[in-house]
Amino acid sequence: MGIFWNFWIIGLTLTNLVLLLWVLLANRKVAVSDQDDEENRTTGHVYDGIEEYDNPLPRWWFNLFIATFIFTAIYLALYPGLGSWKGLLGWTSVNELRGDQQQAEARYADTFGIYSQMPIEELAQDPEAMKMGLRLFSNNCAVCHGADGGGNFGFPNLTDKDWIYGGSAEKILETITHGRQAVMPAWGSILGESKVVDVTEYVLQVGGREHDPVRANAGAAIFAQNCAVCHAADATGNHQLGAPNLADNIWLYGGEAQDIRQTVRQGRNGIMPAQKELLKADRIHLLAAYVYSLSLDYEE
Amino acid sequence: MNEKLNSSPADNDAADSIRYVNLYDSGEKIYTRRITGFYQKLRRYTGLPLIIAYVLMPWLTIDGRPAILFDLPERKFHILWSTFWPHDGMYLAWLLIISAFLLFTVTVLVGRVWCGFTCPQTVWTQMFIWAEHVCQGDRNKRMKLDAQPWNLEKVARKGGTQAIWITIALITALTFVGYFYPIRSLIYDLVTFQSELAPAFWVLFFAGATYMNAGFLREQVCKYMCPYARFQSVMYDKDTLAVSYNALRGEQRGARKVDEDYKAKGLGDCIDCSWCVQVCPVDIDIRDGLQPECIDCGLCVDACNSVMDKMGYERGLISFTTEDAIANGRTKIFRPRLLGYALVLIAMISVFSYSITTRVPLGLEVLRDRGVRMYRIAGDDVQNVYTLKIHNMDGKTHIYDVEASGDYPFDVQGYRPVPVEDGEILSIPVRVVVNRKELKDVQTEVNITVTARDNPELSVSHEASYIGPKR
Repeated sequence: MGIFWNFWIIGLTLTNLVLLLWVLLANRKVAVSDQDDEENRTTGHVYDGIEEYDNPLPRWWFNLFIATFIFTAIYLALYPGLGSWKGLLGWTSVNELRGDQQQAEARYADTFGIYSQMPIEELAQDPEAMKMGLRLFSNNCAVCHGADGGGNFGFPNLTDKDWIYGGSAEKILETITHGRQAVMPAWGSILGESKVVDVTEYVLQVGGREHDPVRANAGAAIFAQNCAVCHAADATGNHQLGAPNLADNIWLYGGEAQDIRQTVRQGRNGIMPAQKELLKADRIHLLAAYVYSLSLDYEE
Repeated sequence: MNEKLNSSPADNDAADSIRYVNLYDSGEKIYTRRITGFYQKLRRYTGLPLIIAYVLMPWLTIDGRPAILFDLPERKFHILWSTFWPHDGMYLAWLLIISAFLLFTVTVLVGRVWCGFTCPQTVWTQMFIWAEHVCQGDRNKRMKLDAQPWNLEKVARKGGTQAIWITIALITALTFVGYFYPIRSLIYDLVTFQSELAPAFWVLFFAGATYMNAGFLREQVCKYMCPYARFQSVMYDKDTLAVSYNALRGEQRGARKVDEDYKAKGLGDCIDCSWCVQVCPVDIDIRDGLQPECIDCGLCVDACNSVMDKMGYERGLISFTTEDAIANGRTKIFRPRLLGYALVLIAMISVFSYSITTRVPLGLEVLRDRGVRMYRIAGDDVQNVYTLKIHNMDGKTHIYDVEASGDYPFDVQGYRPVPVEDGEILSIPVRVVVNRKELKDVQTEVNITVTARDNPELSVSHEASYIGPKR
């Protein structure tokens, strides 16, 4: 805070207090001293025959106002309120937040502590742990992956057996902790539109969808030359590189011919943000177990 | 108009004697004279059972928990065998509305008997005055004691009064806090100095409030704070029971000798002994007519009757009666206003009892998932995702099944049943799935039903919208 604003706030606060005190004290006594005169006892306002008396505040009420001034003085001494004055208690909102966070950590430490010692595969079978995992998932993951983990356009389905980076407990933990950055390069300018269509027809064929066999044939060579490096020669993908399996008819960015052409032409960039700093190890461990549990019931 | 005024001198009096109340004056202390009689007994025997019930109720237990417990930290109100939750707040609102209408109905019929006989403010004041009476004697002795300088006797008498007051206040406060905090552990914690700050604070707070209210504020609460007195006139009509002075019979008031022919002197039955004023807990003169301060306690009736007995006059110069009865000698009980109130009251009580008894202790909320898209296509299926909030209020653990129904063959997927404990709110996502070819609408309704596996009676349905692709 600059020196001007510092004095601006102090001045404004104190001036207001003095003004208020003046208003209160100035109205303590009735203006006209001769109260015995009937004329002077009313303000002269009459409505429906009801006159308004010119009386001071009742004493209890007056004292309540005085009490608020005393409160203000104590408050301004103890807490930061006057410009850059820090207050005698040294209170800050950041410290209060830290304190609350520490309390919360201490409260949850026991529960998370027990769970973090259990293997993920075992934790996934524990209904109480999974209730907690569900709540963590709802708060942190459901926005993109859906409340049920069923995925959305561009966000993978976590309830099936198709994993882009691998579905083992360790891999899931790794994905949540460090995040993932998927890069499908844009091939439109390299291949040209005709070849994009060819390779798309081939991908449709591999995925078991309706396709043009002639163009797919042409596309096979293009695929082997350009795509097989990541997606593998049989198009089943590569967990190491995060290249999706194209042969299982599960499509992250849509499985229609136009969707696939768009993917090939412009490329895709999928980002799973790293949760390491946000959630900390205990919670990530529990969350990984929950995600692991989602596909346990999956049937082909 | 003139004729009426002439026929009732008290009316004349009342019209002339408009009293001005100066709100800047501190209240004058009222010394009430002790009186025994029918209404004094009635007062005692309506107050006593209520106080006993109030004191004993927190001690009752059902299933190992207090029978009545307003558990604020847990946000649960246990009342006998039922438990009420924050979303049952409507019941509380309706209960208060019903109570208000009950008050109106009773007021139309018998006046402010609530004030005189059952209102805690009056009952506790009565107890505190009883303490004064026990320690310091009746009205005259108390006035003398207050006027005399401090000596050992005065200290003893005043101290005794204070001791009783403080005891009553502490019992009251402990009991009151006992409705919010199990009373056994409350008392144990307080006695062993292990209590948390909050319950100890509230016990002292309510003890202080009781002490102030019943010891010092007393009738000033009724006179200046209570709104009920202010709108009593709206509910009163000429057939409402109220403590009334029969001015026709009483005037011209005045002192006389017992065996004198007072009627020849032009005097009425009122001997102007002012006992009715001395016993009055709100310090009014009932002979001035109906006043907002009057709490209908009937003590002046007892006082006047005892004087009438002594004088050998007929009782009932001051009595619980109606304006109509004094003027015309009859009272019409069934009036449209009363019937209206009673009908509304009966209707509300019926609906209230019905909804309380048919309450299903299971809550369900259905929230449509706010994802990137309105719906999801997976293979041949359309999927909509909902988060169910299943609230178990049944007092024991249940496992619930989820079904979906509607115009199309909906199927629920991805729901893994888990035990839901008592009081738990389980938020759990489900997929409602339908074959794309079967779904004919872009938007339709789906009915989601949650049923306890072990009790088909525990079942709640909720409708939600279901959205599919444009065809």
